[in-house]
Amino acid sequence: MTTYLSNNWDTVLAALEQHIWLALLPVVIGFVVALPIGYLGVRFPWLYHPLVNVCGVLYSIPSLALFVFLPVLLGTKILSPLNIVVALIIYTVALLARTVADGLKAVDPLVVQSATAMGYRRFRRLTDVELPVALPVILAGLRVATVANISLVSVGALIGVGGLGQLFTRGFQLFYVEPIIVGIVLSVLLAGLADLVIVLLGRLITPWTRFQGAAS
Amino acid sequence: MNLSYLLDPSHWDFSDGSIPTLIVSHLWYVLLSLVIGTAIALPIGLWIGHTGRGSFLAINAGNAGRSLPTLGLLMLMVTLLGLGLTPVLIALTVLVIPPVLTSAYAGIRNLDHRVVDAAKGVGMRPWQVLTKVELPMALPVLMSGFRSAALQVVATATVAAAVGLNGLGRLLIDGLAVNDYSRVLAGAIVVAVLAVLLDLVLAQVQRWIVSPGLSKR
Amino acid sequence: MVRTRLAVALISTLALTALTACGANSDPLSNDNKGSGSSNSPSSVTVGSANFAESELLAEIYSQALEAKGVQVKRQFNIGARELYLKALQDGSIDLLPEYNGALLSALAKGGAPEGVSKPDDVLAALKKVLPAGTEVLDQSAAEDKDTLTVTQATATKYNLKTIDDLKPVANKLSMGAGPEWQERYQGLKGLKSLYGVEFKTFKPLDAGGPLTVNALIKGQIDVGNIFSTDSSISTNKLVVLDDPRNLFLAENILPLIRTQADNPTVSGALDAVSAKLTTENLTTYLAKVQVDKQDTKVVAKAFLTDNGLA
Repeated sequence: MTTYLSNNWDTVLAALEQHIWLALLPVVIGFVVALPIGYLGVRFPWLYHPLVNVCGVLYSIPSLALFVFLPVLLGTKILSPLNIVVALIIYTVALLARTVADGLKAVDPLVVQSATAMGYRRFRRLTDVELPVALPVILAGLRVATVANISLVSVGALIGVGGLGQLFTRGFQLFYVEPIIVGIVLSVLLAGLADLVIVLLGRLITPWTRFQGAAS
Repeated sequence: MNLSYLLDPSHWDFSDGSIPTLIVSHLWYVLLSLVIGTAIALPIGLWIGHTGRGSFLAINAGNAGRSLPTLGLLMLMVTLLGLGLTPVLIALTVLVIPPVLTSAYAGIRNLDHRVVDAAKGVGMRPWQVLTKVELPMALPVLMSGFRSAALQVVATATVAAAVGLNGLGRLLIDGLAVNDYSRVLAGAIVVAVLAVLLDLVLAQVQRWIVSPGLSKR
Repeated sequence: MVRTRLAVALISTLALTALTACGANSDPLSNDNKGSGSSNSPSSVTVGSANFAESELLAEIYSQALEAKGVQVKRQFNIGARELYLKALQDGSIDLLPEYNGALLSALAKGGAPEGVSKPDDVLAALKKVLPAGTEVLDQSAAEDKDTLTVTQATATKYNLKTIDDLKPVANKLSMGAGPEWQERYQGLKGLKSLYGVEFKTFKPLDAGGPLTVNALIKGQIDVGNIFSTDSSISTNKLVVLDDPRNLFLAENILPLIRTQADNPTVSGALDAVSAKLTTENLTTYLAKVQVDKQDTKVVAKAFLTDNGLA
């Protein structure tokens, strides 16, 4: 294992770097896109069920198929990392839009009423009251989406762009476990690290959750 | 880009490699991994939820399991074990375990503890508390975990074709290898439709097995 | 409730279909975007490779040879089968990659390679006539790596197999394994049927002469495998390569396929020097370092260039 790593340090690092970009960029963009969509699902209750179902269908499109089709739909080059990024944005939105809607729906109506009574208009109430209260749920969804993305990127290796997934295909072609194990370990570590960062970030921006303790 | 492959009737007979046979093999992988994964995860999740021991494991199993890249795991297993069904089932089962385990745990853990106390108070033994109170009441949460596991396995079982097995991934991998996009499209559509249909079936199952007192319908 | 869900599901599926249909005019199968990708500056060259070990080793050798001449190289290896990487070459995602003259000819020529063409020079001449616009090939090397039909010693003895012709009477009892693209290529099942009259009982889509095929063959999960002639697993496992008396598999000399835009005297000079030194024997030796000794491709490529005075 160590000889593999020392011999292929550059390759592994490059794969890791690509993996980080391919996985995390879609999380950020997907999150930004999912917020308004999720909100619409709450603002217009008749939209909620269609939203949930469309998200479900989108999420069940096999990633490999999406990776292959996006160049055709977007006019991108076939090996462009953009294809992977857009595919993962779609998955992220599919996961998060529902979570955002669920989080906002779960906000105690009493809280919303109090805010209204205090004079909050709809938008300010959303940004200052409802979103912060829904944040723990949304962050939980964000963790799932991030971790899922990090694991999904590697499928891109089947079409030549896949971060650490390239270590899988390379090891597989030579029937050689070292690169595969290195890839899996790095991918899991990366996911763990990203997860941890979100958890810590969540604690930082939702300090009140720490005092509720057993109430949840 | 067209639907010709999907709509060609000759791809819908029961010959080798036709869409129906691929659906059957695909569902077979899905079914096996769901059964094995649930058989492993459900008892552990229920036990953790019931006793409260090992909660840390239950909470983190979810994200840890999700972070294992299926393709890597599958290629590792094929490299170690050779070609066959076993490596595919291992990789897919690993997908099933976290959501089922976590939801079984969460379903029981989040029950109103007064209900459990009441059950103990009327003289139920721990086993009875688990099977007659906790499990039925945890079913809605448990089923949602199971359904998300099923959805994910249906989409992911396509990787089986990357290591020479069948399933609907055949359409994706072969279509890609021979540059036949209409075949890839057929694969994607059939997988998505299959996932939706399976979810509908499971939603109906959930309606049957969840006690009417809980579903508030 | 069920009905709305079903309706939504159907609508979403239709929407997906409609969405994909929108791209109809940009059908990836029609190669009408001639050299549209010119994002790479002339000093930087993107080298690609197919998804098997030898292609990657050759691509690495090309890359290092170019770097030794001061050319900036980007590596985009392990892309996939020919059908996929040719498209990557045409859309400018990659600039060059190692190819095999015969296989490339069969893939490009309508209806497969012309009859009677099987010798290296004839193949090259025929190939040059059918290259996609905007691409060219450089000098070909003496190194050959052919598709083969290979069986285990036990199978060869049992059915008394020496050539592909011998398969004809027994093929209906045998299973065959190769990359999925073999189902469609002339130099695959189609050619075997029309040229040799060989039709196998079953075909298992595995990989292009890779570990799946080799292992399936050794473990008896397939009877006949498509393995490349330079593969070290043939000698390691005492496999029997069946002769190809009717030349279904053409000459397969290795040569660089390059986008015309990326070609210049420095690039072609560096690559021609590599091709001049490359032989079947030394390729097999260096490939074994990757396949058997599990050495890193980069190290092996460097050793090849140093040993041959190219870097």
